Amino acid sequence: MSAAEDDERASVQVVTPDGRFEPNAAAEEYLPYLERVTDDDQRRFYRDMAVVRRFDAEAGHLQRQGQLALWAGSHGQEAAQVGSGRALRAQDTIFPAYREHAVAKIRGVDLLDVLRLMRGLTNGGWVPEEVGNFHLYTLVIGAQTLHATGYAMGVALDGAPTGDPERDEAVLVYFGDGATSEGETSEAFIWATSFATPQVFFLQNNHWAISVPVSRQSRTPLVDRAAGFGLRATRIDGNDVLASYAVTAKQLDDARAGRGPGFIEAMTYRMGAHTTADDPTRYRGSSELEEWRARDPIARFRTHLEAQSLADDGFFADVDQEAADFAADIRRRVVELGPPDPALIFDTVYTDEHPLMSAQQDWLRAYEAGFGA
Amino acid sequence: MTTTWTMSRALNAGLDAALAADGKVLLLGEDVGPLGGVFRVTDSLAAKYGPSRVFDSPLGEAGIVGTAIGLAMRGYRPICEIQFDGFIYPAFNQITSQLAKLTARHEGKASFPVVIRVPYGGHVGAVEHHQESPEAYFAHTAGLRVVSPSTPNDAYWMIQQAVQSNDPVVFFEPKSRYWPKGEVDEESPAATLHTSRVVRGGTDLTLVGHGAMVAMMLQAAEVAATEGTSIEVVDLRSLSPIDFGPLVRSVEKTGRLVVAQEAPGFASLGSEIAATVAERAFYALHAPVLRVSSFDTPFPPAKLESLYLPDADRILEAVDRALDY
Ligand SMILES: Cc1ncc(C[n+]2csc(CCOP(=O)(O)OP(=O)(O)O)c2C)c(N)n1
Ligand SMILES: [Mg+2]
Repeated sequence: MSAAEDDERASVQVVTPDGRFEPNAAAEEYLPYLERVTDDDQRRFYRDMAVVRRFDAEAGHLQRQGQLALWAGSHGQEAAQVGSGRALRAQDTIFPAYREHAVAKIRGVDLLDVLRLMRGLTNGGWVPEEVGNFHLYTLVIGAQTLHATGYAMGVALDGAPTGDPERDEAVLVYFGDGATSEGETSEAFIWATSFATPQVFFLQNNHWAISVPVSRQSRTPLVDRAAGFGLRATRIDGNDVLASYAVTAKQLDDARAGRGPGFIEAMTYRMGAHTTADDPTRYRGSSELEEWRARDPIARFRTHLEAQSLADDGFFADVDQEAADFAADIRRRVVELGPPDPALIFDTVYTDEHPLMSAQQDWLRAYEAGFGA
Repeated sequence: MTTTWTMSRALNAGLDAALAADGKVLLLGEDVGPLGGVFRVTDSLAAKYGPSRVFDSPLGEAGIVGTAIGLAMRGYRPICEIQFDGFIYPAFNQITSQLAKLTARHEGKASFPVVIRVPYGGHVGAVEHHQESPEAYFAHTAGLRVVSPSTPNDAYWMIQQAVQSNDPVVFFEPKSRYWPKGEVDEESPAATLHTSRVVRGGTDLTLVGHGAMVAMMLQAAEVAATEGTSIEVVDLRSLSPIDFGPLVRSVEKTGRLVVAQEAPGFASLGSEIAATVAERAFYALHAPVLRVSSFDTPFPPAKLESLYLPDADRILEAVDRALDY
């Protein structure tokens, strides 16, 4: 049995890798959540995935052209991200890792701000409250799982759920298979179950942590490990956008209703390099890549849309045009970005007055001014 | 109105006042609930404020600080207790790489008013990991504020001021000073959080230190006075930022400075103070700034701690060297 086939066991799947709409037995309990997905929603999912894939490619080009310090791609993981991102409700709060570009876009982050981070112009980039409660990227593996859990503890402290899913809040945190080995991630699971937080842990198991395969992180399926912590744990075909949508929507609604924290293991694959600084040919073979290419989330969904007569050539041409325009706009705006204000070094380290910040900023100003004379 | 309290009791009253003043203040950590903390600093607060304001966390320091960060993002002002100095290290990433940097990473659009209380220091005869002085790690980290009270009165006020700070504060409680009593003025604070203070006037030499060292320095000054040496004692109170003004003025008057600390001396707060005073009061100095510290070794078994930790005699030895210079 190949790795991909093994992963498919007991995973919720709605659309098969070759694009047939055939929910499997594991998908049964999530079907009510699929019923609310309109034809427009399905086209929206496709558009989200296609535009972000084009954006991701453009960002890779920009890095190679010296416009970015680094790029961490999302290629291959679009279905996991778009399905879960679209399942979130407006009032929900998201804690990403660093490659959830599709979710960032869905929540309203200007993806130029992600590129400002990767260009070395900021260590943040946006104000979470202004962009759909999408928190800052966290590069320290696993650290954000605890922030999400603390935030969700706060949601619970603010009041019991009203029972209205349109109002009750939930928290979603993204992390990778490598992150599951960090002690902090385990602590987050423990705190979440102990305090019955309204949150969902969304693991994108893309099978690699840089060059280290997931078998080095765990010999038991990670979904089973999560269940051992007492989380409501579900494994999904992470390259199936409808499975990702339906399972995340249900998990979030269970969490917001006070039924405790949930966990989703989305089986997916990092099609590209870990980042632009990585060379995957040193540690993985092309046959694995080919196997996953046959499970591509976008091609699969396109076949499904066509088979169900939900989209025609005109639609796909329009999406391609939107993706190309989006990429061109990002490119134009990236190259126009100016340098950051040096005051950024000092001004916001503390909220309240701090004597060292003002003294050292004054010193730097005077020093710099000395060259102008 | 003044009351006579131990520092433990004063901290308890200060925490009580902070919890009463603001419904967003939470108290969490290992055993802080019904037990009232292993030093009883949080005694009776769980009963008074209930389990949604004062609660036991699971046992994990990264979890305590990491979730406190999330609570702060939600608008709460968590006060975390780390049970002992030597157990803060599992939280090091969450304190130094997360909490400390998050205000800057948000470019000032978010504040992280988290207080981390840490009972610290030796002279209590405890087993390994229960007597350390790790404050320099945190003073070295931009984005944190670090303070340490030396008296019940300061403890009472500084813990409330720390809770009011909009920045993270690592609050080091000198555990050897938990039980001696002192006067607490419940009406008005003696000073703001980040000011140092001259606690004994003198003319021949300045002694500076913080936490439990303040009592040692006062003891040393008392002995020196009987031998005709007049020592001025400065209580640092705040370790980051350091309020150098009173210290530099004192050195300008006395011309001699000895820094005393329980922490190992290498790359310590004492190093920073010596360097800064040398920069700012170079022409006033009649002798190099001397440091009295613990040795640059792991904290030894408790039966050897009296050889490892500085005491009044070792401070006096350095005083003599500075005066002889
Ligand atoms: C605490 C920490 N250790 C090491 C690294 C370096 N590093 C960056 S990404 C990465 C692999 C992460 O793998 P995974 O969690 O599976 O996420 P993925 O990159 O596959 O999305 C490592 C080791 C880091 N960023 N943080
Ligand atoms: Mg991975």
